[in-house]
Amino acid sequence: MNAESPGFILINSCIMNNFVLSAFLGICPFLGVSGKFETASRMGMAVTFTLIVSSTCAYAINALLAAFHIEYLRLICYIVIIAAVVQFIEMFMKKYSPALFRALGIYLPLITTNCAVLGLALLQTSKGYHLIQCFAYAVGAGTGFTIALVVMAGLRERLNLHDVPGMVKGTALSLMLAGILSLAFMGFAGLGT
Amino acid sequence: MTIEQQKFSRGPSDLSTFLNGLWRENPVFVMVLGMCPVLAVTNAVVNAISMGLATTFVLVCSSALVAMLHNFIPKQVRIATYIVIIATFVTIVDYVIQAISLKIYGALGAYIQLIVVNCIILGRAEAFAGKNTVRKSILDAFGMSIGFTFALLCLASVREILGNGTLFCNTPFVIHLFGPHFEPWAIMLLPPGGFFVLAFWLLLFAWIRQRKTSKGTLTS
Repeated sequence: MNAESPGFILINSCIMNNFVLSAFLGICPFLGVSGKFETASRMGMAVTFTLIVSSTCAYAINALLAAFHIEYLRLICYIVIIAAVVQFIEMFMKKYSPALFRALGIYLPLITTNCAVLGLALLQTSKGYHLIQCFAYAVGAGTGFTIALVVMAGLRERLNLHDVPGMVKGTALSLMLAGILSLAFMGFAGLGT
Repeated sequence: MTIEQQKFSRGPSDLSTFLNGLWRENPVFVMVLGMCPVLAVTNAVVNAISMGLATTFVLVCSSALVAMLHNFIPKQVRIATYIVIIATFVTIVDYVIQAISLKIYGALGAYIQLIVVNCIILGRAEAFAGKNTVRKSILDAFGMSIGFTFALLCLASVREILGNGTLFCNTPFVIHLFGPHFEPWAIMLLPPGGFFVLAFWLLLFAWIRQRKTSKGTLTS
């Protein structure tokens, strides 16, 4: 399969190089919001939407910066753009879907400091993707993030019913689960060849 | 007078402000913040040290600037201002590392620029530097970043020793710990290894804390 084709980029960023489990992007929400299945899936959707919008905006702003030869401002511009996009999504959701807005609560503004969003903008720039590839990359990364979050939430909901030693409870147990999930996702590494 | 007593008598002393980040509120092992770089760059000790130094520079400079400016920043836009301040220093670090060593720059990849969204830095700006004097903020930032670097080194040394059988590889001071017949434990250098090693360090620290508290209840 052609490594540059949008379809390959989508599958690659979704499964083979999953953003959370093999690139370690977006670990904070992955550990923080994966307690309940319901919140995890909603968070995944919100992040996916943010990724798509901010990736398109980052592509446009990068073209603009390149035209004026001021690439050293890239990082500052990206983070400001992402903050603006998240703010915009927050306002949009408040107006058209108040239920979802209330359900996400504090996690919505925290998407600004999600490494996955800035990471995607930086990675697509360093790989030199064009607009369609960027879109595929964003959709793949968002789907991958959602899959990781939902699988983790399912596992943790099951674990709540079991008796684990008190010392292991909490972050240590989540990290071990994440390690096992990451091992499982490594099995997909051969898909592309 | 012990540090604990000083804390209650006249606010935290300089030493306890500094030590706070190192142990009691260690950003990685106690507060579990800034996980992305902790897991991603700790496959070699050299990478961990460079990442630690880069974060130290950004954290100290941005804490100092935030503490200097916090009277002039309107409350409503403080987070946005902090992020722009942090992003400025990260851009400086990014170009400096690129100038010093392209090899390290390649190994750390996008994670240098991702220091911007490291929760520790924004967290310290919001929770400490925005409310305290410049001197205290710089001390706090140094304590936190040494705690962070210590955590990175804890992870990186375990992962590199088990996964590669060496210490300080990619430098002139490389040490081969095991004989030529050592079979590297490759999983330690791959992503799952990061999760497992961090989980075990957290367990170790939880165990130490639990032992301490159970001893405390026995003696009192």
